[in-house]
Amino acid sequence: MDLLKDLWGFLRERKKFWLLPAIIVLLLVGVLIIAAGSSAVAPLIYTIF
Amino acid sequence: MLGISAYYHDSAAALIIDGRVVAAAHEERFTRKKHDDSFPANAVRWVLDEYGLKPSDLAAVVFYDKPLLKFERLLEMYHRYAPRGVGSFVAAMPVWIKDKLFIRGHIRKELEKLEGGKLKNLTLLFPEHHLSHAASAFYPSPFDEAAILTVDGVGEWATTVIGHGSGKDISLVAEMRFPHSLGMLYSAFTYYCGFKINSGEYKLMGLAPYGRKGSARVEEFRRKIFDTLIDLKEDGSLLLNMSYFTFATTLRTVDDRKWEALFGIPPRAQESPITESYMDMALAIQEVTDEVMVRLARTAKKLTGSRNLVLAGGVALNCTTNQKIRDAGLFDRVWIQPAAGDAGGALGAALAAEHVYFDGPRRMEKEEFDAMQGAFLGPEYSELDVERMARRFGAVYTRVADEALYKEVAARIACGQVVGWMQGAMEWGPRALGNRSILADPRSPDMQKKLNLKIKYRESFRPFAPSVLEEDAAEYFETAEPSPYMLFVAPVKEDRRTEGAPADAPLSERLNALRSDIPCVTHLDYSARLQTVSKKTNPRYWALINEFKKQTGYGLVVNTSFNVRGEPIVMTPEDAYRCFMNTEMDCVVIGSCIFDKQDQPYWKRQELYGED
Repeated sequence: MDLLKDLWGFLRERKKFWLLPAIIVLLLVGVLIIAAGSSAVAPLIYTIF
Repeated sequence: MLGISAYYHDSAAALIIDGRVVAAAHEERFTRKKHDDSFPANAVRWVLDEYGLKPSDLAAVVFYDKPLLKFERLLEMYHRYAPRGVGSFVAAMPVWIKDKLFIRGHIRKELEKLEGGKLKNLTLLFPEHHLSHAASAFYPSPFDEAAILTVDGVGEWATTVIGHGSGKDISLVAEMRFPHSLGMLYSAFTYYCGFKINSGEYKLMGLAPYGRKGSARVEEFRRKIFDTLIDLKEDGSLLLNMSYFTFATTLRTVDDRKWEALFGIPPRAQESPITESYMDMALAIQEVTDEVMVRLARTAKKLTGSRNLVLAGGVALNCTTNQKIRDAGLFDRVWIQPAAGDAGGALGAALAAEHVYFDGPRRMEKEEFDAMQGAFLGPEYSELDVERMARRFGAVYTRVADEALYKEVAARIACGQVVGWMQGAMEWGPRALGNRSILADPRSPDMQKKLNLKIKYRESFRPFAPSVLEEDAAEYFETAEPSPYMLFVAPVKEDRRTEGAPADAPLSERLNALRSDIPCVTHLDYSARLQTVSKKTNPRYWALINEFKKQTGYGLVVNTSFNVRGEPIVMTPEDAYRCFMNTEMDCVVIGSCIFDKQDQPYWKRQELYGED
């Protein structure tokens, strides 16, 4: 719940509502990726990711 | 105020009480995992315990960047490059969805574990990455007013920021944005020359003096970087030619085929022999970095009109570049945060909260001092801890009173012994500054090789740094400025130099030639990455070097960090003894106890060193 509140506040603050559909789709795809069992290890190239 | 950096690399925690930095430590020193990126639970526990605090006593907990802003950058990046970047997306998203989007919850949970219960009124703040760097550079500096320059790979969007600090206020006035980044450019060359990104940048910097300055190949590489890879503007801002870089869309840094076609050499495989082409490449990118940073410093001067400059961000750990900025004469004084990389963000985040968010007053130290206490901000151990360690390992030692201790240790160094030296509080930042150091005689011609191969187990080209008495620095080096955190270089004085091998001689001949009367710390280009030791900030280390001077006439020693390749710098007496017994170090001094290798019981050696 905290995350959704944060995300909404963030989109309002940055006025980037156009990212909302992308976030929803990406989160869904992300959930699928996790469900498919990919490892959650960040690629180590500086702090890009 | 507790500052935290974590989840990327080099996790750390720092504690600020009444605007003063009182304790700070890197998580890797506790967990013994180099560049540990996990939540710094041990470092947090230590900084709080040190002052008898619990998480509920804190005014705020401050994380060193804004995760959601970084997430925005990632999404926009994937959107911009779609459908390229799918592979990178698949690799990056799970960790965001599982962990990084929930950093607020993670931090709370970890702190509640330390508290032993729920935290009801926890204030959790997230300053921007480069504000954290800027605060780490400005607030602890000895300046009431200064230009601020922070340069690294990338934070959220910004990769370079110019700001202005005055009193307790910081304003950020200009920035360069991802993907255009000097830090990423340097890292791309780190990778291409066969070193690991995030840890091999030091090696690339150390390799540069082996390149042949002014040679046709160095000039050609330089020209190709300027003509093809980057578009450098007069103000120091730059655009990367993204057709040569792949870090925005793949998990790799550069397009190997295009780079090979451009430079005529393939990417060097890690651990393979280093040929002169890569040394020339290291020198070329060093010269480009110097050029960009001096232009940025000039712009900072123009935008702020300040006479002082403070620096932070990973690029500010490049001592050669820092010296070029100093030599450019744009500023009267230059000060650099000793933990300029991401770990230092923990300190900066807490300071930013103190002064920017809570409007707390800034207390200045005396003119000559910064607020870093010599960077000795980490854990310290008592004689009892040393005794306990000795009992545990059956270690044999002699306790010696201070004056006699300095005499004996100096004599050992003077006769060619390699000495582990562990005293007082651990250093903050990546450099050992005389409290967790390995010391040796700088006059010895074969000491560099011995230290690299038998003590540190690392590449034989890696250079060593001198610790010199602050008041004697000008006797050995052409410098008038202090360098307490080993973040500047200086040429060895002309009258100390010997001819060395001619510039066109084979590398092995150039390497083995004596270059000065302090050959172990004189680089191929006659430079040295020096640390000036002040009697006021580190009296014991100063006294030891002073005793070495009495015995030999030389007021300096070789100082390298107390660790082996791939291992974090030692923290506890146990770490120090283990490292000592696993290498060919001759003795280790912990506090006032001397452990001689010959007196120690049988020790089955373990390979401590791993990948760095």
